[in-house]
Amino acid sequence: MKTKVAIIGAGISGASIARVLSRYENLEVHLIEKAPDVGWGVSKANTALIHGGYDDDPERYPMRAKLCIRGNRLWHQWVKELEIPHIWNGALIVATKDDDFDELEKLLERGRKNGVPEMRLVDREELFHLEPNLTPEAIGALWVPIVGQIGPIPAVIAITENAVANGVKTHLETEVTGIKVENGEVKGVETNNGFIEADIVINAAGLYADRIARMAGIDYFEIHPRKGEYWLFDEGLPGPRRVLFPTPTPISKGIVVTTEVSGHLMIGPNAQDLPPEEKEDLSTTREGLEEVWEGAKKLWPQLPPRSKVIRTFAGLRPEPTGGDFIIKAEEEVGGFINVAGIRSPGLTSAPAIAHEVAGIIERDLGVKLVEKEKWNPYRKEISHLFMMSPEGVNEAVKRNPSYGKVVCRCNNVSEGDVLEAIERMKFIGVKTPSVDSVKFRTKATTGTCQGSFCRPKIVMLLAREYGVEPWKVTLKGRGSEIGVGDVKALLRGDA
Amino acid sequence: MFPGIPMLNYDVVVIGGGPAGMAAAARAKELGLNVLLLDENDYLGGILPQCIHPGFGLHYFREELTGPEFAARLAKRLVELGVEYRTAARVMEIRNYSDLEKVVIFTSPSGAYQAWAKAVIYAAGARERHAFEIGIVGDRVAGVYTAGEAQTLMDIYGVLPGKEIVIVGSGDVGLIMARRFALEGAKVKAVIELMPYPGGLARNVMILRDFDIPLYLSHKVVEVRGKGRVERVKVVKVDENLNEIPGSEFWIEADALIISAGLVPSVKKLTAIGVEIDPSTGGPVVNDRLETSVPGVFAAGNALLINDLVDYVAEQGELAAEGAKEFIENGGIESRKWIRVEKGENVRLLAPHRLSGERDVYLYLRVARPMEDVELRIPEVGKRVKLSLATPAEMLRVKLKAEEIRDAEKLTVEVVRE
Ligand SMILES: Cc1cc2nc3c(=O)[nH]c(=O)nc-3n(C[C@H](O)[C@H](O)[C@H](O)COP(=O)(O)OP(=O)(O)OC[C@H]3O[C@@H](n4cnc5c(N)ncnc54)[C@H](O)[C@@H]3O)c2cc1C
Ligand SMILES: Cc1cc2nc3c(=O)[nH]c(=O)nc-3n(C[C@H](O)[C@H](O)[C@H](O)COP(=O)(O)OP(=O)(O)OC[C@H]3O[C@@H](n4cnc5c(N)ncnc54)[C@H](O)[C@@H]3O)c2cc1C
Repeated sequence: MKTKVAIIGAGISGASIARVLSRYENLEVHLIEKAPDVGWGVSKANTALIHGGYDDDPERYPMRAKLCIRGNRLWHQWVKELEIPHIWNGALIVATKDDDFDELEKLLERGRKNGVPEMRLVDREELFHLEPNLTPEAIGALWVPIVGQIGPIPAVIAITENAVANGVKTHLETEVTGIKVENGEVKGVETNNGFIEADIVINAAGLYADRIARMAGIDYFEIHPRKGEYWLFDEGLPGPRRVLFPTPTPISKGIVVTTEVSGHLMIGPNAQDLPPEEKEDLSTTREGLEEVWEGAKKLWPQLPPRSKVIRTFAGLRPEPTGGDFIIKAEEEVGGFINVAGIRSPGLTSAPAIAHEVAGIIERDLGVKLVEKEKWNPYRKEISHLFMMSPEGVNEAVKRNPSYGKVVCRCNNVSEGDVLEAIERMKFIGVKTPSVDSVKFRTKATTGTCQGSFCRPKIVMLLAREYGVEPWKVTLKGRGSEIGVGDVKALLRGDA
Repeated sequence: MFPGIPMLNYDVVVIGGGPAGMAAAARAKELGLNVLLLDENDYLGGILPQCIHPGFGLHYFREELTGPEFAARLAKRLVELGVEYRTAARVMEIRNYSDLEKVVIFTSPSGAYQAWAKAVIYAAGARERHAFEIGIVGDRVAGVYTAGEAQTLMDIYGVLPGKEIVIVGSGDVGLIMARRFALEGAKVKAVIELMPYPGGLARNVMILRDFDIPLYLSHKVVEVRGKGRVERVKVVKVDENLNEIPGSEFWIEADALIISAGLVPSVKKLTAIGVEIDPSTGGPVVNDRLETSVPGVFAAGNALLINDLVDYVAEQGELAAEGAKEFIENGGIESRKWIRVEKGENVRLLAPHRLSGERDVYLYLRVARPMEDVELRIPEVGKRVKLSLATPAEMLRVKLKAEEIRDAEKLTVEVVRE
């Protein structure tokens, strides 16, 4: 008989756990997510860095220190197996005053302790060779070549697709409302879509991990949101080649200046603590954005004019009591595993978190894991017109003419790309058609015009493929419908 | 140059099938050139098919038409002339192979092609400024659309974007969209305008009175809030220097926010080949044949500068076609000298930028501030034109005759009190 596993939350943590557990013959894995698609929680809005693992103090935050560097190493493999957009461009932690070197020395020391390879201090001359447009105030830096960047939601999508291909069942738009515990053992989870039986429940609910834990009677920690805001600039504007950090202060890693995976200059985040109940407040604020602007200018004085901004956004870090990741089987409740407080560097650590959880299942819950004879580690990315040569386009249009038809002009996304994205959405069980689901798979709507040309076209494709009326297509799930009806709805009096 | 993809050959390739491109292609064909017109949409007409209101064509067709009617007339002319065109054909790249040869790489449902041409006319139109670009913060929710997107949703696809509407911007596009929403039974709760005067033509400002729509001058929208969709927007008053007045904030409940904050010429394909851009128009620097700084590459319509009248757009298309003809025949646009045209007092932008002085030319310009009873002057040649009203909303067009300007070195255009 198979052991039934329910994973709550399809963020980077939950998805990674699902993928790792999909390897085992004797597990039946269910991935449960309240949002219409995967990766829309904390994993959606962050700096997208695969950190170097040098800044978490192993004494105070042992889990973070251990899993970050392991995660970094695993990502080097996962991005290849799963065709996740990535770049290994390294990071510079920049010193602007003599005192900063004390801090950089400390980081170097800590990095060595955590097992980070190939870090070193670079002097001013080498620094400007690596990054010519850096602030002239810079006097040296810590150089961490293993740092990289990925597409975080594309990563969650890729991992989930691979997990599903290996037998994981997804339950989207399914909110866990209770956890059934009998005689100190979990029996399953209650949801808005009925009861899901489980022998093991894994709580990977991001900002809500405290709420889920309380459903199982565990209340020793609380999660509060810490907001970070960002500016994203139009493509083609000069940005750094490396990830640039200021020398950290005791409270923050500081505001990063980077060219993100798609080639856009991005600055952020700041850090603002919100009360525990404000877990949905993803609004940007002028104060926060100004703070980011000022901070970024210190490293990168030639910020483009504000008219070159194409987007601002905010993310919420799930900050746990104590500050370290809480990853363990809870003794009071048999079969309940917390993967809670996965704050930064949670994205980096996710693959390592997943292996840690597999270890906990075997070691602490005593389930002997049996590997499948055939487990597929690979997943193919959808087609992208922007990656095709003209000859490639001609090959693709032989299969389907829609590959030659551009939908998003800023990012060169074809109708064929969009149709493939919709197919993949259906493959992992996305039920409510949304523009954001297409956006995260194709990059449509993320360019200079921010979707004003292509969004209507995408809405029509979604409406057709999902068989719904166009105004009922959503931007990002129920409650965010594109329109209120057909153009005559108000005059007829039915909207 | 691109082995493996079909090669096509033309005298001229026209990029963009809006009114500028259609007029250019038709004129080029009339002039005996072998021309290909490309547009990425499934239909010709650019943004005209979605502009279902009247107000088009008074100069060009001497008749007031709707956008789709204007487009249909031009399309009919193309068909009658036998102009070759392709829709659903997106130009990915222009290559400046040599001064006399260009390559246009485009993709379409039948595949990618390389179209070789002696001249290229670039008429790719403009894009709209969006909410992030004008500094609006808050939640990223459904119901925030640019005016053009809302118009596409309504008038191409039949989707009503909202029923309680706030519009940012009182230019013609914003005002026309206000009327469009009102006619569909939506409540337009406010039009918010940053400047102390409305941005649109007087006849369009009348719309607000006709439909009882409040106009807030010297105000701006700074924030949008909502869960899934827009629920409310925050408005703040600004002083004469456009600085926000603390304490003047208020909220308006709405389910859609329509951004009509101006257009920006789409020039990325031009800048990629090194075409010089005029920061004040956002479009290319051109001579009196509408040739850009790259020989043989011409520009017309909203890609050149933002026009409010489609008639001028079509006129520019024809002019560019005539330029292409001359370019192809003479192996270049000849001029003994180029007279620089410069912005003087109260002129915000103008084109063309360089005149030969050998032919008559239209100057297109916009003023910086609204003014009554003014004169357009070019002191170097003693030119004076009286104007009862000049507003930034309305593009001015003046004809300069070759003999008037022939001997000048440079021209400074100013719009000043008499
Ligand atoms: C501003 C910012 C910057 C960051 N930068 C970095 C960085 O550069 N590098 C890095 O490594 N990390 C970074 N992080 C941290 C990283 O983003 C997180 O650690 C990681 O995304 C957490 O993933 P998760 O899967 O644990 O949580 P989530 O992605 O939030 O996933 C949890 C999921 O659970 C779902 N859920 C919640 N409650 C329920 C319920 N009752 N029923 C069903 N489903 C439920 C949610 O909808 C959500 O999808 C950053 C975070 C922020 C906010
Ligand atoms: C709401 C609204 C109301 C208006 N009202 C009036 C009015 O009452 N009277 C009036 O005279 N004018 C009006 N106008 C203005 C007028 O419509 C425009 O000035 C005119 O349409 C601009 O024409 P264009 O050919 O330059 O650009 P467009 O019409 O924008 O056409 C450009 C075309 O190029 C295509 N294209 C772009 N890039 C590529 C590429 N790489 N490959 C292939 N194709 C490409 C685009 O898809 C588009 O079809 C209005 C405009 C709007 C938005």
